[in-house]
Amino acid sequence: MSQDTSFAASSETHTPAATKSVAELKQIAAQVRRDIVRMVHAVNSGHPGGSLGCTDLLVALYFKVMKHTPQPFDMDGIGQDLFFLSNGHISPVFYSVLARSGYFPVSELATFRKLNSRLQGHPATHEHLPGIRVASGSLGQGLSVAVGAAQAKKLNNDSSTVFVLMGDGELQEGQVWEAALYAPHHKVDNLIAFVDRNGQQIDGPTEKIGGLGDLRAKFEAFNWRVLETDGNQFETLLPTIEEAQSLLGQGQPIMVLMDTQMGFGVDFMMGSHKWHGVAPNNEQLEIALQQLAVEEAGDY
Amino acid sequence: MKDFPYTESKDTRSGFGAGLQELGRTNPNVVALCADLIGSLKMDAFIKDNPERFFQVGIAEANMMGLAAGLTIGGKIPFTGTFANFSTGRVYDQIRQSIAYSGKNVKICASHAGLTLGEDGATHQILEDIGLMKMLPHMTVINPCDYNQTKAATIAIADYEGPVYLRFGRPVVPNFTPADQKFEVGKGIVLNEGADVSIFATGHLVWKAILAGKLLAEKGIDAEIINIHTIKPLDAQLILESARKTRCVVTAEEHQMNGGLGDSIAQLLAREEPLPLEMVAVNDSFGESGTPDQLMEKYGLNEQAIVAAVEKVMARRK
Repeated sequence: MSQDTSFAASSETHTPAATKSVAELKQIAAQVRRDIVRMVHAVNSGHPGGSLGCTDLLVALYFKVMKHTPQPFDMDGIGQDLFFLSNGHISPVFYSVLARSGYFPVSELATFRKLNSRLQGHPATHEHLPGIRVASGSLGQGLSVAVGAAQAKKLNNDSSTVFVLMGDGELQEGQVWEAALYAPHHKVDNLIAFVDRNGQQIDGPTEKIGGLGDLRAKFEAFNWRVLETDGNQFETLLPTIEEAQSLLGQGQPIMVLMDTQMGFGVDFMMGSHKWHGVAPNNEQLEIALQQLAVEEAGDY
Repeated sequence: MKDFPYTESKDTRSGFGAGLQELGRTNPNVVALCADLIGSLKMDAFIKDNPERFFQVGIAEANMMGLAAGLTIGGKIPFTGTFANFSTGRVYDQIRQSIAYSGKNVKICASHAGLTLGEDGATHQILEDIGLMKMLPHMTVINPCDYNQTKAATIAIADYEGPVYLRFGRPVVPNFTPADQKFEVGKGIVLNEGADVSIFATGHLVWKAILAGKLLAEKGIDAEIINIHTIKPLDAQLILESARKTRCVVTAEEHQMNGGLGDSIAQLLAREEPLPLEMVAVNDSFGESGTPDQLMEKYGLNEQAIVAAVEKVMARRK
């Protein structure tokens, strides 16, 4: 069924900043995107659109930016950078990146959404899947959890960083703004939050459904440091993350508004809310995989 | 009927405050969060001693539950404090996903539960919280009866791994639990051994059950009175032993009949030992404004109501 690829990592703490070039990250991202479309196709369910759009961010974090120890997985993550996925429906990209960075066997991706799997439809700690630190899926909760984890790091004199990703549609949940008020008030400055600004939600474009307006102005008014970037180009994404890291420890939380295209990498899925939660059929899968070519395919 | 001497009456919420203060001294991993109700929750002493381990969240309970879940990642033991209504109904999904399903070691500490909140009325008098919390897989549900027991329970749950709902209240009630009594999660306490009826009470109704026991003794009825401070996990062994001896059961609680202690015991008896049972609880109703005593009388949660339930259930006994 599977063989682990060269992307499946060792059990040592990742400090890969010097080791992965943009070209290599692009290859990993293409492999992750192949995983995503194959996973959702295999069970005819799941969320490919947002997963494909956020692939570059998760690859950048897990393969270049974060200091983390895949094995043995430690829930508390003392001394490690932590990542929280608030928009849990994009679990395919999360699972693929976790597997390919060494948290669990890549072959296990084949169990996604199947009975008795650790890879639940939405991420869960309940099945003890390494890499998952809190359940998500019901939207709007991840920022609060990440802020709490960041405050625990401060209490522990742990200088590592907490990262969290939210969807843009998710910002319609009130709890997000409770956390957005809280974090600057408490000077939670060891936190980098990302919003996947793809402009789409299940029922259509975000600006038609529940307009988010000027998110930079909104978060700045809440006293966040706000950066903006193209989330689908490593050439802009990586320097933005570096800039965000340079702003840590200055009394403010950092928000990165990341413009992405839902379905990025598969032309017929790109930019449309229609692929939020729909799996490709056999023919569509073949087309997608042709578009997601990698030099050395390592499909599970 | 045994005597239960006491020298003072105190509120259970102050027992929580005292327990939290002691944890501040003894357990460096304990942290506390509050949603703008420090005085009501009696958290001042902990905050004064440990300002760096306290997080004022403001009026944002959903965020508080998420923060608490996050604080466990890194080994902290968060105690959240707000009214019972805002600790449960308002934040059910946050507790469900980020705490219970995620198996986080959060202690949800809830004051002003039930009718005895008094004059603020039904918006604040939650009577469904035990049911909401006990339905969640992995959640432990505790409702101690007086100051000393609430203090002991607060201290005990810090060493009890997993999410806990700790429910207490506002009014002063007789403080009769021995100050040195160890709190064991899930272990009921036999207050008075008796042969004629088993009265299982929780929270503020435990003292009412003792008062009822005295009234019953005057009528020649020998009541067994058991304090079920932990609704989940339920002390099934103790409950069944008592029920098999007396052959009839009364439950008493400051909560809806649906979803409360009586509901849990009814399920247990129906499965293991079907016996007549009467419930002293609020019957499918919201509360209202009034003094605590007025409300407990109007909604049938006092010693007279327990006596009436005993007489009814004994008449049904075969």
